[in-house]
Amino acid sequence: MALSDLLTLTPAGLYCPQADVYIDPVRSVPRALITHGHSDHARAGHGAVLATPETLAIMALRYGEAFCDARQPVAYGEVVGLSGLEVSFHPAGHVLGSAQIRLRGPYGCVVISGDYKRAYDPTCAPFEVLRCDAFVTEATFGLPVFRHPDARGEVARLIASCRLFPERAHLVGAYALGKAQRVMKLLREAGWDRPIWIHGALEKITHFYQQQGTDLGAIEKVTAAERAERAGDIIICPPGQLNDLWSRKFPDPVTAFASGWMRVRARARQRGVELPLVISDHVDWDDLCATIVETGASEIWVTHGAEDAIVHWCRARGLDAQPLHMIGYGDDESEAAAEVTDA
Amino acid sequence: MNAFAQLLDALAYEPSRNNKLRLLKDYFSRMPDPERGYGLAAMTGALSFTHAKPAVIRALIAERTDPVLFEMSYDYVGDLSETVALMWPAPRQERRNVAAPTLSEVVHGLHEADKHSLPALLASWLDDLDETGRWALLKLITGGLRIGVSARLAKTAVAGLGALAPNEIEEVWHGLIPPYLDLFAWVEGREAKPMARHPAPFRTPMLAHALVETECARLDPAEFVAEWKWDGIRVQAVTGTSAEGARVLRLYSRTGEDISASFPDLVAMLADEHFGDVAVDGELLILREGRVEPFSVLQQRLNRKTVSAKHVAQFPAHMRAYDLLSENGEDLRALPFVQRRERLEAFVARVAHPKLDLSQRVSFTTWEDLAAARRDPACAGAGVDAEAIEGVMMKRADSIYVPGRPKGLWYKWKRDPFNIDAVLMYAQRGHGKRSSFYSDYTFGVWRGEELVPVGKAYFGFTDEELKKLDKYVRNHTRNRFGPVRELDFSREQGLVLEVAFEGLNRSTRHKSGVAMRFPRVARIRWDKPARDADQLATLEALLDAPSRTATKAQPLPEKM
Repeated sequence: MALSDLLTLTPAGLYCPQADVYIDPVRSVPRALITHGHSDHARAGHGAVLATPETLAIMALRYGEAFCDARQPVAYGEVVGLSGLEVSFHPAGHVLGSAQIRLRGPYGCVVISGDYKRAYDPTCAPFEVLRCDAFVTEATFGLPVFRHPDARGEVARLIASCRLFPERAHLVGAYALGKAQRVMKLLREAGWDRPIWIHGALEKITHFYQQQGTDLGAIEKVTAAERAERAGDIIICPPGQLNDLWSRKFPDPVTAFASGWMRVRARARQRGVELPLVISDHVDWDDLCATIVETGASEIWVTHGAEDAIVHWCRARGLDAQPLHMIGYGDDESEAAAEVTDA
Repeated sequence: MNAFAQLLDALAYEPSRNNKLRLLKDYFSRMPDPERGYGLAAMTGALSFTHAKPAVIRALIAERTDPVLFEMSYDYVGDLSETVALMWPAPRQERRNVAAPTLSEVVHGLHEADKHSLPALLASWLDDLDETGRWALLKLITGGLRIGVSARLAKTAVAGLGALAPNEIEEVWHGLIPPYLDLFAWVEGREAKPMARHPAPFRTPMLAHALVETECARLDPAEFVAEWKWDGIRVQAVTGTSAEGARVLRLYSRTGEDISASFPDLVAMLADEHFGDVAVDGELLILREGRVEPFSVLQQRLNRKTVSAKHVAQFPAHMRAYDLLSENGEDLRALPFVQRRERLEAFVARVAHPKLDLSQRVSFTTWEDLAAARRDPACAGAGVDAEAIEGVMMKRADSIYVPGRPKGLWYKWKRDPFNIDAVLMYAQRGHGKRSSFYSDYTFGVWRGEELVPVGKAYFGFTDEELKKLDKYVRNHTRNRFGPVRELDFSREQGLVLEVAFEGLNRSTRHKSGVAMRFPRVARIRWDKPARDADQLATLEALLDAPSRTATKAQPLPEKM
């Protein structure tokens, strides 16, 4: 069988003709499967939406309860029949509720990774390797220079900086969904016991994580009037706020940014970041290659990111690989802009 | 090596000088000897490794990675050391058992390695280090740290470990060698000051305070001697004899940097047998046909590691002597200025070298006399050299030579700056504390109906004024080009800035054809309509003016 019988690429996104569903469509469609709640993957305005309960809840939080006409929650591992296909959602380790989607038919099995990572993250279920014939993978960090260090070490550097500069505020730019809560949880695990302060844009999602049972300790929203009193504190905000007027009132702020892009010095410098924290919710190069091998897939489709390098790598190993050059998915950075307006 | 790497990494991102100092002090106080000494050596440029070339690194990575993936990665990252550091297929940190090499091991290893053993040695270190460690190692051996830390800043941090002034370190620096055990022992109060063993040591120069004009009333003109303040670079020429009997000739900048290599013509002068062992304080100028060239000409000889014979012939360096600090083993710094001046005059006469002359005294009886000389140096004895004069120096006749900037002994009385009214055209965000504020301003003047940019200013305003300027920029943006905002300017609209500057040169690089020296915002003219800003012709007239008295320069408070 060929992968293209089960899945094709259309302007609206990946489409499965047999089940008549789109996966993470970038336009409004009648039927959609959504991998996770980030705004470039989960858009409002579809007819029927199938996703994990957490992803549906996050979409409702962001777009309001009327974000689609009909929704159906599917738990991890639960199998749903769609026009003769078995559809199931499996943990992707990206953010809370994030899933890979498996489509299984009589001719074979396709796994669409969505965004995923293999690194340690105490705020979501860990990635599950699924054997398949064809693997559709993201490649946001698909260059061998992206090899993420242990996020716990990065958080230790943040805490060390707080100790060295106790009279300054530490502003940490982090995406509102996932990254922010992961940083909070890692700070707690590293023993940071002061309240963690957040920008208002992070409030709804963080509250949702807490409701879902993630213990983040004392989280306080920082008010405009109190900004000057935040010396020695860690404040988490959307990345766009780091260079905004909003950040000025903090005492001599150290600007930190938690992102996989911080691995490359020039990128960090261009953004004026003083403390780059290489903390990514995407697979790095090594894990990307390892995952491709572990799935046993002989056909690899690369959806977004640095496709050329990973396609080259696959072909050198005799795997049939195709770049999809899909547009409309963020590389984290454009996503950042969307997240700020979110709350 | 990992601690040093983390320091370099943090320094590279830290924009503030004070915070860089904090990071450096933290490192120097935390790290043991000799590790910190080699760290200091790396940052002061005291280390060099002959065999480690970029080609060696390229060869190592080529053996280990797919060439297509390497090219894609290099293209993305844009820096060889960083690409190799990131791509190096080392075992992951958490699975690594070997202790990473220390900086001392690296320094010793590199000195002992030859061309053949180096690649394997480097590879084993790259395996044992983490990404930041690899990046720092590769930067270190290829000699391009580029972390925004000057040698001076590193020494200042070391001085801060004890209660020393940075100048005290400069005085002994040229006799010290890595890893500076004696220096750290002295700074931490464990041992006596290291002997300045250097046969031609640097001596911290004496600097002047800017004169506040109202102070003149308190000062007695009879107690002072005046000289021209030349617009060159302050240097110290030192000659000595080593223990082995070799002549040691040095030219230092005012911060103690050895700039001998950039001025072989002056070093050749120092080799003259009449010099003896001396330390001469003076100004380095370019003299052509007996005439002092303006600073813009001197600039063409600065910041060059090596100079061609042609360059030397085209821009011949000259030293104008201000002071004599030491002569044949005798320290003259404790003598009053007038006595040192006598010794200096005798010395210059004895040497009688065409590349060395005396700084002329400016005669005056009253402060009014001196003010007149300052206003018009050409008529007060400076003649055609007036253009290269920045003002006058006032030195107490009885002043001993005190390193640093002592109060009440020497004053500089700079000439009034030029100033023009220009229109704010473009603005860009600043850095560090000013990041997010629009604090870099490009301004222009009228050429007919059109505004042409003539310069850029980043300072001269208070924090309160900056907030207002920033708000103005945000509210009057017409266009954005990346980080640059173009403002609304026309004859009817626009903000006028009074810009002060020290000099003007012709420039082929700027559209307006002129380049300003040291421009800053003197006043914000909220009241002045844009159409009343100055014309380019006003600036062009300055270029051709023989003396500043012909210009419309108005007195401004000293901002130095």
